[in-house]
Amino acid sequence: MASRAGSARRAPENEATIQYVQCDGLAVMKIVKHCHEESCSNMEVAQGALLGLVVENRLEITNCFPFPKHDDTMDEEEYQLDMMRRLRRVNVDHFHVGWYQSADVGNFLSLSLLESQYHYQTSIEESVVVIYDTKKSARGFLTLKAYRLTPQAIAMYKEGDYTPEALRNLKIGYENLFIEVPIVIRNSPLTNIMISELTEMIPEEEGSKFLDLGTASVLEGQLRSLMERVDELNQEAIKFNRYQQLVVRQQQDKHRWMVKRAQENAARAAKDETPLPEEDVNKLFKPHPVPPRLNPMIVAGQIDTYSQHISQFCSQSLAKLYLTQALQNAKEAKQNN
Amino acid sequence: MALNISVKVHPVVLFQIVDAYERRNADSHRVIGTLLGTSDKGVVEVTNCFCVPHKEHADQVEAELNYAMDVYELNRRVNSSESIVGWWATGNEVTNHSSVIHEYYSRECREPVHVTLDTSLAGGRMGLRAYVCVPLGVPNGKQGCMFTPVDVTLTCYEPEIVGLQVCQKTVSGGGRGSSGVAAGSDLAQVMSAASSLESLLEQALQYADGAAAGAPADAEAGRALLQLAHSAPDLAKDTFSDAFASSVKDLLMVVTLAQLIKTQLQLNEKLTLLTSQ
Repeated sequence: MASRAGSARRAPENEATIQYVQCDGLAVMKIVKHCHEESCSNMEVAQGALLGLVVENRLEITNCFPFPKHDDTMDEEEYQLDMMRRLRRVNVDHFHVGWYQSADVGNFLSLSLLESQYHYQTSIEESVVVIYDTKKSARGFLTLKAYRLTPQAIAMYKEGDYTPEALRNLKIGYENLFIEVPIVIRNSPLTNIMISELTEMIPEEEGSKFLDLGTASVLEGQLRSLMERVDELNQEAIKFNRYQQLVVRQQQDKHRWMVKRAQENAARAAKDETPLPEEDVNKLFKPHPVPPRLNPMIVAGQIDTYSQHISQFCSQSLAKLYLTQALQNAKEAKQNN
Repeated sequence: MALNISVKVHPVVLFQIVDAYERRNADSHRVIGTLLGTSDKGVVEVTNCFCVPHKEHADQVEAELNYAMDVYELNRRVNSSESIVGWWATGNEVTNHSSVIHEYYSRECREPVHVTLDTSLAGGRMGLRAYVCVPLGVPNGKQGCMFTPVDVTLTCYEPEIVGLQVCQKTVSGGGRGSSGVAAGSDLAQVMSAASSLESLLEQALQYADGAAAGAPADAEAGRALLQLAHSAPDLAKDTFSDAFASSVKDLLMVVTLAQLIKTQLQLNEKLTLLTSQ
């Protein structure tokens, strides 16, 4: 705990204080268990808090606990404080370093996530959000990723201003909303001894599910979500185009009105009448509100993540297919001999 | 008392026990806690656990039972299907204090099981044992109870096995210092599986060659190898190459589409930042 008071917390905000996240096997297994149980019973996301400490340039996660589902009867703050107090009694690190969430096909980017992570990161500087992909892990590939908001994203959220000019000033796009922090898993020596005992107790055949060739179901799910997001992005693009057309038309109307005014004034001056009072052009033609760019940015970020995941998934499916081809060729060679 | 109780333990529980043992107070030698799970037709499935602070003196034991109840209630709010099924302790033997604690737990649940994990590594292994308490004695005479061992096995959900496999890599590789193991990418995982498959096949081949040359061989192993060789699906050459080609084409198409979408998004982003209002 003394190391916390050291340089890590006094570092200026634009310095990358966390370079990687170190997770204890215990926290990993607890996250897996909780997210798996939630996905079996209902389709809501599972969320929980991460506990640990900050050491030099890494964030250590030593334990975690799940949150109950949104329940109006009991306050969530109270539950958290209660839980942390109890854990402190058994000497568990009680420094709240972040939170985790399960995601169906890795689609975690949403406004609520941005909001929560913003609040976390402003109160606790080094906090991360860990996303666990349920579908892919069930197929055999453990997918745990840690993300942090970039400083530009924090500035943007603080302003609350999502017009295109503001975003251009901050030079922020969907690519630099989040940065991914690599996760490393570490176990204490005693835990390693326990794991070696466990390996003898598990039968060999289990845990080879990731070699399964039937990849269609996961790929289907991913592609479907991708299509939905692309549709959304399309809608947003249409909205923005419509806005731009309105602005252009408004400019034209304004121009025409000014010309008409000038003509009328000239006519009146020719007849020696008082010119019409100057009216504020802007009050007549109220400027249209600029549609906020936050949603399209989030959707674009999601689409980006999907494409990445799909490429990764396809690459390993291709590898498996080539493996089977090699085996088949060997078999045929043997048969022909 | 039904003695055909068997206990199935999830790996999470063992991780928790070891962690609690490492974080114990300096003056305790043992740590105890509650086991949570479900009990059904003689099979007790332990899915979760937590540590309970306690102190052991020469002739009495104090455990913070209010703490145990509180944490159990908190856990019920997250997972209402888990109930108390017993308790755990570290160490390799059952002591007098254990019976006192066990009596308390028998008030909480119907047939508590007691699990011990030998963290002191007596005998060079970390033994996992489970017990139930069986009353014995002479009727109308002195009655007592005895801890009888029962079967304990390991069971996991599918994703738990995956998590366990990743953690296993820390045993061999990153055990020294604080370097750990990164959860590798999908492709790396398939690659490592392929190489382990290759070494396994080599071993099998060596054995088969040795047996053909006349070395003493086991008939069982021979039968298993034969079954293995026949289990590869017997597809005609054309069928296989057709199926293979179409799958590869599908996957490549999806990869191209995904990359195309990414490039388009990036292009769109650049354009939005460039255009002036």
